[in-house]
Amino acid sequence: MESTILNTKNDRIIKIDSPLLNIDQLSVSYGGDKYSIDKVSAGIQKNKITAIMGPSGCGKSTLLRAINRMHELYPDTHHKGSITLDGEDIYKINPIELRRKIGMVFQRPNPFPTMSIYDNVIAAYILNGIKLKRSEKDQIVEKSLREVGLWDETKDALHKRGTFLSGGQQQRLCIARALAYAPEVILLDEPTSALDPIATAKIEDLLVELKKKYTIVLVTHNMAQAARISDYSMFMYIGELVEYGKTKNMFTTPKDERTEAYLTGKFG
Amino acid sequence: MNSSNSISKQKLKWRIFNDKLFSIVMMTLAFVSALPLLSILFQLVKKGYKQIRLNFFIEVAPDTMQAMMAKANHEIIPGGIANGIVGTLIIVGLASLIAIPLGLICGIYLSETSKGKMANAVRLVVDMLQGIPSIVLGVIAYIWIVKPVTSGFSALAGSVALSIMMLPSIIRSTEETLKMIPSTLKEAALSLGVPYHRTIFKVLLPTGMSGISTGIILGISRIAGETAPLMLTALGSSAINLDITQPSSAIPLLVWEFYNDPNLIDLIWGASLILLLIIFLLNLGAKAIVKKWKVQY
Repeated sequence: MESTILNTKNDRIIKIDSPLLNIDQLSVSYGGDKYSIDKVSAGIQKNKITAIMGPSGCGKSTLLRAINRMHELYPDTHHKGSITLDGEDIYKINPIELRRKIGMVFQRPNPFPTMSIYDNVIAAYILNGIKLKRSEKDQIVEKSLREVGLWDETKDALHKRGTFLSGGQQQRLCIARALAYAPEVILLDEPTSALDPIATAKIEDLLVELKKKYTIVLVTHNMAQAARISDYSMFMYIGELVEYGKTKNMFTTPKDERTEAYLTGKFG
Repeated sequence: MNSSNSISKQKLKWRIFNDKLFSIVMMTLAFVSALPLLSILFQLVKKGYKQIRLNFFIEVAPDTMQAMMAKANHEIIPGGIANGIVGTLIIVGLASLIAIPLGLICGIYLSETSKGKMANAVRLVVDMLQGIPSIVLGVIAYIWIVKPVTSGFSALAGSVALSIMMLPSIIRSTEETLKMIPSTLKEAALSLGVPYHRTIFKVLLPTGMSGISTGIILGISRIAGETAPLMLTALGSSAINLDITQPSSAIPLLVWEFYNDPNLIDLIWGASLILLLIIFLLNLGAKAIVKKWKVQY
């Protein structure tokens, strides 16, 4: 019985050759013996968008946060298993250093309210006390804002506060802020759930553009979004990685009945 | 349906009248509760305005003989409250220097540690500190500073007593303000690889600056008028004193001294008015800061 389950599981989870991020038997608990995600194993392909889907409380945000160790902000967390970035165990890297390699964008746009747009983009440098020349700063700001398509809209208002922008613009500013440090991976935790459809479309186009340079992992509630922009998709259910494969295949021929039920809108 | 929903004209009139009556009663009661403050201000201005000249700010308090002579000649009492103003500035300034860093750090600790025995114990102590009568703090500062440190009454001892009084308001306002800041802001900083201490000092504190500085200013205005603890510590001085290890005057101490001297009693109005104005200005400053530094998350 045990072996048949294992076989089907291997079937349902695609094997990625030479992944940038390799998650191996990862379990994360927020205290006690209850694990929010349980023995998740998956490789993440470089320069692709990987979407993590699933109903509320399935552990998708926990998995995402485990990748840059943001889950450790809660007291009493512990984990089993490992994640490697370029073959290096991330739990052996100092979290401060790790988070400079793996940037993150959150559900609600959260530009620093006391800072201007300009300062928000280079916030990683300012807050880490890294001194830059004026010309270097200008260059990073322009480059990052151009990358997120915000340059033309904000170039005349760079010294206004970031919180004066619209929600969608703020979210793009937050992406620019995560890009300014030139990370290898960008994690996005439902980045469009607080935005209107037009702003959402802009962010989606942006992510597709950004995957040329960065590896993107995206948590989303929105199946259509995963179908539109992701190359690979994970489906999680109650802490388990149920299915992981190419998005195209998963949306057309899901291998697990739970995935199929979710994708066809039977729950979630 | 229709008949039960429509209100007769008379009922409608009654309702409108009721509404009007209610707002009038509210306005009247609001005015009544503001009356004491207005009458205090009126009284102080009426009796004190004659005293308030330039001399009042740059001369020290007169002695009882000078006042008696002036009174006999039907002149305005000479001298001013410069020793009190300088003393209050020094004592309150020093108290702030002691209390602000301690209070900020304690407030940050409490906002970051919502659970735990230690944090709860600190919270309890801060609450109790707020209830300690100020005269008791004067006694404590007398035992801690007056006897062992400055071997005599001193401005420093007064500052220590007042700084303890300020602590609860600074700690509480820091804690409450920082707790209001959305956790996503902290996460944003940490996700950029910013170390924890820098996140606190460069992101959270500047974001909460408006609330925190309001708490500090209200704390200052609370201690600026304190008299009892200063009687046991700073004692009072008839000259301007810049040495913090020596006895010093303060405006509330002067009011007390004037009250006890029949020849000087007329000066209490002017001195009280200045004290009140200082506290008013501090409160207005707090309001302006809230308006100017308020950030939108």
